[in-house]
Amino acid sequence: MNFELTDEQKMIQKMCRDFARTELAPQAAKLDETKDRSILKTNLKKMAELGFMGMNIPEAYGGIEVGAVANSLAMTEIGAGCAATAVTMSVTSMVAEVIFEFGTEEARKKYIPLICSGAYPAGAFGLTESGAGSDPAGMKTTAVLDGNEWVLNGQKIFITSAEYAGVVVVWAVTNKNAPKGRGISAFVVEQGTPGYIVGADEKKMGQKGSSTNQLIFEDCRIPKENLLGSVDDGFRIALMELSGGRIGIGSMAIGIGRAAMDFAVEYAKGREQFGQPISQFQAIQWMIADAYTELDAAQLLVLRAAFLKETGKPFMREASMGKVMASEAANRACYKAIQMLGGYGYTADYPVERLARDVRVTTLYEGTSEIQRLVIARSLLGVE
Amino acid sequence: MDFNLTEEQQMVRDMARKFAEAEIKPVAARLDATHEHPAEICRKLAELKFLGIAVPEEYGGGGMDYVSYAVALIEISKACASCGVIMSVNNSLYCYPVMAFGTHEQKMKYLSPVASGEKLGCFGLTEAGAGSDPARMRTTAVLDGDEWVINGEKKFITNGNVAGFCVLAAVTEKGKGYKGISSFVVDLENTPGYSLGRVEEKLGINASGTAEMIFDNARIPQDALLGNPGEGFKQMLMTLDGGRIGIASQALGIGRAVLEEAVEYAKVREQFGKPIASLQAIQWKLADMATQLDAAELLTLRAAWMEDNHLHYEKAAAMAKLYASDTAMQAAIEGVQILGGYGYCKEYPMERHMRDAKITQIYEGTNEIMRLVIANNILKGK
Repeated sequence: MNFELTDEQKMIQKMCRDFARTELAPQAAKLDETKDRSILKTNLKKMAELGFMGMNIPEAYGGIEVGAVANSLAMTEIGAGCAATAVTMSVTSMVAEVIFEFGTEEARKKYIPLICSGAYPAGAFGLTESGAGSDPAGMKTTAVLDGNEWVLNGQKIFITSAEYAGVVVVWAVTNKNAPKGRGISAFVVEQGTPGYIVGADEKKMGQKGSSTNQLIFEDCRIPKENLLGSVDDGFRIALMELSGGRIGIGSMAIGIGRAAMDFAVEYAKGREQFGQPISQFQAIQWMIADAYTELDAAQLLVLRAAFLKETGKPFMREASMGKVMASEAANRACYKAIQMLGGYGYTADYPVERLARDVRVTTLYEGTSEIQRLVIARSLLGVE
Repeated sequence: MDFNLTEEQQMVRDMARKFAEAEIKPVAARLDATHEHPAEICRKLAELKFLGIAVPEEYGGGGMDYVSYAVALIEISKACASCGVIMSVNNSLYCYPVMAFGTHEQKMKYLSPVASGEKLGCFGLTEAGAGSDPARMRTTAVLDGDEWVINGEKKFITNGNVAGFCVLAAVTEKGKGYKGISSFVVDLENTPGYSLGRVEEKLGINASGTAEMIFDNARIPQDALLGNPGEGFKQMLMTLDGGRIGIASQALGIGRAVLEEAVEYAKVREQFGKPIASLQAIQWKLADMATQLDAAELLTLRAAWMEDNHLHYEKAAAMAKLYASDTAMQAAIEGVQILGGYGYCKEYPMERHMRDAKITQIYEGTNEIMRLVIANNILKGK
């Protein structure tokens, strides 16, 4: 056992921390308030230039391949700076990875460098539909082969970055008669393909700087070779990729929770009531102790999942453990932070209010906490 | 970063698991019922070098690291939490301070017999009026010629009724608060004036003795002092940091036993025409238990690794102890719930786990003290 980070991991962590503090955090409140996508796009461009969009991608495809552990550490730091930017990074990295793992060599060479370099502001992951959330196998979008092209029809919902993503990985039913989950395939679709229609951007509670769109396919024709993996094998691909994505979301949640607590601790040291800093009261100390303990515990779970991924071992259960604990601990930490700031914590003058809104979604997307518990329980009980 | 155990650490864990399953688990319920000291198990733990696991071989120990200690202690405690605390106290609260603060001569005389398991050790800090606030202790040590004369009573001393040796804290300079406290090594069998007081009746960990120790003009040699006068309090706090890794491991062992038995039961218990394991109400409890136990284990192994690498691990150990003990307690409560009426009966070990788990939130620093330690570290930027 060795809990020490490698020099490279420390370097990535420090680089991301510095970047988050100097470039992201100062703009985070404004991005949240104005939803000015040009701020987000500037962030993303700078991050791509530093290699943050291809941390698990080999250099030959434009990545920096520093491994899943370093990627997790990076996500935590970026999450602490700006959650809207962090979620875009997490999803974009996941898209690069899924194309790398299941795309043809041609698709890899065509799309991955564009994602890693920042030529594409982001990548998007088109799985969810209005009727297919926790149960994605119930999706209705279809893909039918017509000559050398797949023709996509249907509607996706809650698609992060769909309006500015250069490329989206889309899941669609290719065999209606197959047993549930066995007739779904995954495809790469470029922004601007005729029939690729970006719908409404959701009005959300938090992570407002990142867009969450409906995505409509109307006889959207894509080349036959844009299929990822084999026909009807897409559902398995989605589940595999989501496990990796859960490490990203868990890592980000820890960053948000820590940012809120770090701010609240400094506040508590300076805020005097009853003639002493409130940090001297056990009521406040208890919140601090519990929040940091849970965040440390959650981060170790997340890093373990990343380590397993990096070393080629199964990590699905571990990723779910990391994601559920990190997202829930981070939610608790943010609410404690508001409580520590009292009325000030409820105002937009202090960042904890935004952090609490931003963190809320982490128990929802890329598998709700309920789905994580299902994954863990099934693994424990040895059932499918 | 490497989350894999080393080959040696794996070997130690496997050895502990095999021994615990074959020789401890089958007798754990009996030990709990009879409250008898598991002398035979201690003898075998000694053979495995588990009673002085991190003590160098030249002093009779196993020469292993603290990660190995933690993984071994988890396995032993999973079978029997009483055996776990006996092992934990012997290693962390007796061997550690003698090893860390004793001279070579003191180690030869006082450490070797305990690290080798020939005798058991105990830790005399707590008193009736000095629990979470040990600096309030009343026991005194006065130098008289070439002997220290000890007067006072210690309370809740694990292994106190069976130990041959004790690391003892006493006031050597009154009015100086914690700076007037010193620590000593006491050969209990050869100390006139020492006598064993009451052995407590407890809720759990019944096979581990919890004793009062009475010192009435007890005389110990001058060279029984550990380090310098006035260093005792600091030594005790450092000792307890390591002890908390032991208790976290013990709690984890209890929690692991709970999870394993709850999973087994839920798979075979049928209600509403199907195993209760297929119900989300049960699945959620199991998922939370497993997640929190894994998290607690990582916190514990991180603290042990930090101790191995001589890093400042006070906060890490407090986090591990706090989180592991709260997790074990919560798991045991839910474990009993999953087994329903059966969980409440002694036919199954679950009710014992629940009784045993409770103490881990209390001793070697209550969880309230853990939160204080953690918060103070964070507020100081550590």
